[in-house]
Amino acid sequence: MYFRQSGYYKTNYKSDMALLPLPIGQATAIGYALLFFVILPLAFDEYLLSIVNIAAIAVVGALGLNILLGYTGQISIGHGAFMSVGAYTAANMAKYLDAPFWLTLPAGGLMAALIGVIVGMPSLRVKGLYLAIATLAAQFIIEWILNHTPVISGGIQASIEMPRPEIFGVVLETQAELYFFILPITALAIIATFNLVRSRIGRAFIAIRDQDVAAEIIGINVYRYKLLAFAISSFYAGVTGVLYTYYFGIANYEAFQLPISIDYLAMCIIGGLGSVMGSVYGAVFVTLLPIVIRFFMETVGVFFVDGNYLAQVIAQMRLILFGGLIIVFLVVEPEGLNKLWQNIRNYFRVWPFSY
Amino acid sequence: MSDGANGSAEIALRVENLSKNFGGVKAVGDVSVTVPKGLIYAIIGPNGAGKTTLLNMISGFYAPDQGSIHLGNEDITRLNPANRATKGIARTFQNIALFNGLTVLDNLMMGRHVHMKAGVLASFLYWGKAQREEVEHRRRVEEIIDFLKLSDLRREPTGALAYGLRKRVELGRALAVEPSLLLLDEPMAGMNQEEKEDMVRYVLDVNGEFGTTIVLIEHDMGVIMDISDRIAVLDQGSKIADGTPDEVRNNPQVIEAYLGSGH
Ligand SMILES: Nc1ncnc2c1ncn2[C@@H]1O[C@H](COP(=O)(O)OP(=O)(O)O)[C@@H](O)[C@H]1O
Ligand SMILES: [Mg+2]
Repeated sequence: MYFRQSGYYKTNYKSDMALLPLPIGQATAIGYALLFFVILPLAFDEYLLSIVNIAAIAVVGALGLNILLGYTGQISIGHGAFMSVGAYTAANMAKYLDAPFWLTLPAGGLMAALIGVIVGMPSLRVKGLYLAIATLAAQFIIEWILNHTPVISGGIQASIEMPRPEIFGVVLETQAELYFFILPITALAIIATFNLVRSRIGRAFIAIRDQDVAAEIIGINVYRYKLLAFAISSFYAGVTGVLYTYYFGIANYEAFQLPISIDYLAMCIIGGLGSVMGSVYGAVFVTLLPIVIRFFMETVGVFFVDGNYLAQVIAQMRLILFGGLIIVFLVVEPEGLNKLWQNIRNYFRVWPFSY
Repeated sequence: MSDGANGSAEIALRVENLSKNFGGVKAVGDVSVTVPKGLIYAIIGPNGAGKTTLLNMISGFYAPDQGSIHLGNEDITRLNPANRATKGIARTFQNIALFNGLTVLDNLMMGRHVHMKAGVLASFLYWGKAQREEVEHRRRVEEIIDFLKLSDLRREPTGALAYGLRKRVELGRALAVEPSLLLLDEPMAGMNQEEKEDMVRYVLDVNGEFGTTIVLIEHDMGVIMDISDRIAVLDQGSKIADGTPDEVRNNPQVIEAYLGSGH
């Protein structure tokens, strides 16, 4: 049981504006750190850690898309394509320059941001459905270019092998080792996003989302800030692509096609638009769902479905469930899992006194 | 008060021969207005007279078809709205345009945007300089919150506030810009008597304490005659009169326009 003081009185603006103003928030943060950096890697086996790793990578991408979609109110159906830009940038740097991860990660992000600006410049002049179509076009164009430019994509099946990341001469091979590589980056991405969205720039994004005319009149160059949001979002996507590439040991555009872009939209919508923690919940949820479906179908489903069709049924179920969930969340709880979780928490905070 | 009448007074805003058409509709036609510094300048006229359109051109939301706009000595006719804000123009909207996903506090912080500098990297780090800047501007915003008696509502999202309060928050957001020229489009419309009196108080205080030049559109004639230093009257897109409240009140054309349009 938590105890909250009846009041925790802030005596200056700085403490009022701190990320974790309450002592209980700081305790929770330390608790999370212990859980994720000590307990979880000890308790989980390689298989479970491989799932955690892939979810942690997805968190970075979801954060990036949510900055654009949830905070700035601009849609992109090309998030996956920007991941592939990061992926090939890193793979080429590793292949030709023997570049370490601490160079490939920012470089992959920056290259994606650059391409993001190029795509964004014409696209962000239009809104809504037109922007959706423009970014969808970008998804296909980037895919096509990568697939047809052997200089970038390596030629054979447009894929480049990626060496394992290396820290102080230690090559990270196991999932547990990769976990300690990926998790700090994810943690950093979460904290950086929390900071961004409460900063001058984050507020400007929200202002554009809520009232673009008033935003412009109050002194925000709306077009430039939309472009900035697009670049930042693409940067996250690029970093995500680099992480995937280290994780899978290969850069291949097929891992970043349209369904991936849709997955990331689903993460933001299901997790909660315009919410940092929502991005985390959404990424974890969307990553776990197909795994849970497969587990369920392989244990229970075999009694109902012909074993030969199992794989197909699983794939279809995933699509149907995603589609359904997106609609349900958009209609019933636009603020996503994050809001549901808050409601539950608030309920138990006053439990057993309902109000 | 009366230094507007003497020709040597400094000019805050000079609008010359401004015109704007929408399709076939002449919203504003060849309107010239000169607003001396430090005055409360009212623009009145029947519905559809072109008052909001004129304000929209001054704040840069519409580009004029013809004419020029000077802020002080600077020609701002071609400047985009965001740059006009950095030059010191702020406004409120006839149909309130707040950022409803943000709290009262953050709406006002938005008004500080043009005065803040934190870039992308500093924002990601939120450390040192960026944080100090945030604290410093928060202090300015808290002064405005006190001034407008919004302390209890700081943390409320503006979407949930009552109409009169939203109008007040919008004034606060404009004040946070620390404008030299404040444009108010019907700040008292739809308010009850008490709210109106509060708003009149705030407008007078802003003008009196900070010397802010205020251009104000308003329908309540009682209020207008009470608080304005000068008045311009628009009718069907054209300016039909301007002058002190007394001059305007006794202008036959003005009386005609108001009686003629059913007021
Ligand atoms: N964006 C617009 N598109 C078309 N017509 C407009 C637009 N804005 C204003 N108008 C027209 O211009 C005229 C003046 O409108 P407006 O400036 O809003 O008047 P006021 O604020 O004095 O009531 C009206 O006839 C109105 O219909
Ligand atoms: Mg109007």
